[in-house]
Amino acid sequence: MLRLVVQRLLLLIPLLLGLSVLLFAWVRALPGGPVTSMLGERYTPEAAARIEAEMGLDQPVWVQYGKYLARLIEGDLGTSLRTGRPVLEEFLTRFPATIELTLVALVLAIGIGIPLGYVAARRAGSVVDHASVVVSLIGVTVPVFFLAFILKYLFAVELDWFPSAGRQSVTMVATHPTNFYVLDGLLTAEWDAAWDAMMHLVLPGLALSSIPLAIIARMTRAAVSEVQNADYVRTARAKGIKASRLRSDHIIRNAMLPVLTTIGLQVGLLLSGAVLTETVFAFSGIGGFLAEAVFSADYPVLQGFVLLIAVVYALVNLIVDVSYGLIDPRLRRQQ
Amino acid sequence: MTANELPPVEGAPVAPLNIHESAVEGGDHSGEGIWARAWRTLRKNPVAIAGFVIVAVFLVVALLAPLLAPYGAHALPGRGEIRPTLIPGPSAEYPLGLDRYGGDVLSKLIWGARASLLVGVLSTLFGLAGGVALGLLAGWFGGWVDVAAMRLVDLMLSVPSLLLAVSIAAIAGQSPSSVIIAIAVVQVPIFARLLRGSMLAQRGQDYVLAASALGLTRGSVTMSHVLPNSVGPVIVQATLTLATAVIEAAALSFLGLGGGEPSTAEWGRMLTAAQNELAVAPRLAILPGICIAVTALGFTLVGESLREALDPRNRTRR
Repeated sequence: MLRLVVQRLLLLIPLLLGLSVLLFAWVRALPGGPVTSMLGERYTPEAAARIEAEMGLDQPVWVQYGKYLARLIEGDLGTSLRTGRPVLEEFLTRFPATIELTLVALVLAIGIGIPLGYVAARRAGSVVDHASVVVSLIGVTVPVFFLAFILKYLFAVELDWFPSAGRQSVTMVATHPTNFYVLDGLLTAEWDAAWDAMMHLVLPGLALSSIPLAIIARMTRAAVSEVQNADYVRTARAKGIKASRLRSDHIIRNAMLPVLTTIGLQVGLLLSGAVLTETVFAFSGIGGFLAEAVFSADYPVLQGFVLLIAVVYALVNLIVDVSYGLIDPRLRRQQ
Repeated sequence: MTANELPPVEGAPVAPLNIHESAVEGGDHSGEGIWARAWRTLRKNPVAIAGFVIVAVFLVVALLAPLLAPYGAHALPGRGEIRPTLIPGPSAEYPLGLDRYGGDVLSKLIWGARASLLVGVLSTLFGLAGGVALGLLAGWFGGWVDVAAMRLVDLMLSVPSLLLAVSIAAIAGQSPSSVIIAIAVVQVPIFARLLRGSMLAQRGQDYVLAASALGLTRGSVTMSHVLPNSVGPVIVQATLTLATAVIEAAALSFLGLGGGEPSTAEWGRMLTAAQNELAVAPRLAILPGICIAVTALGFTLVGESLREALDPRNRTRR
C-alpha cells in the first residue's frame, strides 16, 4: 500500500514539470507579452524593469524557466494584480470555501445518486428507473450555471427559504480559525453561525451536485444491473444466502468499484462547475475568484490557480486509486 | 420444427471476421454493414427520433435566422421603452418581451441559436480533427510516439476542462473564435485517447493478424481495417460532445470570454445579462437557459441512441 502511494506521488513529479513548462510558455504567449500581462494596469517602467529582472527576460529561455521553477518550488506563485496579495495566499484563504461547497455537492450526489441508481437497476422499468433516466439527462444537459439561476430564483428570490448569496449572512458575527465556516461555527460553539453557513451551502451545493449526481446514478445503475446477473450472485442466491447479505456483500460491494472510479473523475468537473456556481451565488471560493480574475485579466492568479488546482485534482485521483485497494482485495494481493 | 428453422450445420460458411461484412444476426439484413444496421435501429427508436427532431429544429432556426428573426442580430428596437425599473414583458410587437438593452428577446434567441450551433459544431469538428490526428499518430506508430502523445494527453486532462478552456481563451483573446479554439483544444485529448484505445483493441483482433499475414503493409492495414473499425466510439463521443460544446460555449461567454457587447445575441451572454434582472424579469434567464438545455438534450439523445445502436452487445439480443 505504502509503495503504491509513493509510486503515485513520484509520478506526480513529471506531470507537474510538464504543467510548469506549459504554464511558463503560456505566460509568454499572452497578448502583450509577459511583462504587460503580469503587471496589467499597474505598469510603470520601474515595475517592468523589476519583473524583467525577476523573470530574467534578457537571459536564455532555459535560465528563465529555471528561475520560474525555483520560485515555484519556494511557493512563490506571483502576486495578484487585483488585490496585490500573493497568489498562494489568495488560494489558501479561499480554498476552504470551495472544499466545503464541493464536499456538500459530492455528498448530495453520492447520497442521492447511489440509492437512485441501485433501485433503478433492481427494479428496471419502474417509476424510479424512469426518474433516474430523467435525473441523468438533466445533469448532462442543463448547464450548471443555469440550474444555479433557477434554484436561486425559486428558493431564494421567490420563496425566500435560503440565502441567495455569500457564505454567511452579513449580520452574522463569527470567528473563523480555519476558514471552513461550518466547522468554525462548530469548533467555537457558535451554533447559529454554523447553521447560517450551512444554509448558504444548500443552493450552490445542490446546483453543483447536478453533474456528478447524473453520472453517479447512471454508473451505479449500469454496474448494479451487470453485477446482479453475474454468476457468483446467482450461485450465492442458490446457496440460500440471506437477501440483505447478498445485497451488501455480493452486489453493492462489487458494483461500487466502477462507481468509485467515476467519483474520482468527477472532481475535475466539480472544480470546473465551482467556477460557475460560485459566480452565480457570489460565494467567495477559488472558483468565484478565478472567474473575477478572468474578467479583470489577472493572469498571475490564473496561472497560479491552474497549477494548484491541477495538483489538487491529481492528489484526489491518487486517493481514489489507493482506496480501490481498500475496497477490492484482489488489487491488494497483486501488489 | 421445419427444415428451414434448423440451426446452421457445422461446416456451413462462418461469419467473416471483418466486422464490416459480419452477419452475426440472421434475417434479411445479413449482408449489411455496421452503419446500415445502426441506422435501421435508430429509425425505429423513438428516443433517437426525438433527438433528431430537436436537433433539426434548432438547425433550421439557425440556418434561417435572417428570415425567421423579426429584428437583426444587433438591433435594439425597444431601446426607448426601457426604464431602470421596467423591462416590458411579452407584447404583440415583442412576443417574448424586451431585455435590459431594449433587444427583442425572440430575435436574440433565434440569432443565438446560430451563434451557439456554429460554436458547438465548429469546435467539435476541430477537436475531432485534432484528436483523430493525435490518436492516429499514437495508434499507428506506437512506441515512443505513442508514449509522447499519451503523456501530452495526460497533461491536458490534468487540468479541469473549464480551466483549460479559460487559459486558452486568455491567450487567444476575447472573441467567438477564441471560444471555438478553446473548446476544440479541450476536446483533443478526449478524442485522441478514445481513438487510440479503440485502435489498440482492434490491433489484436484475428482479422488484423490475418490481413498482416496476407502481406498488407502496416499503413494499409491501419487505414482500411483498424481505423474504420475503431471510429464507432469516436463518432458516438463526437455526437455527445456537441452537447457539451454548446454548454461550454455558453459557460465561456457567461464568463465574458466571448467578447463583443453585453447585448450580444448569444445564449450564454444573455444569461450573464439576466443575472442582475432575476427578481424583475426571470424570463430573461429562463428562455436562453431552456434553449441551451434543449439543444444539449437533442444532441445527447442522438448520441446515446447511436451508442446503443452501435453496441455489439445489443445486436444479438433483439
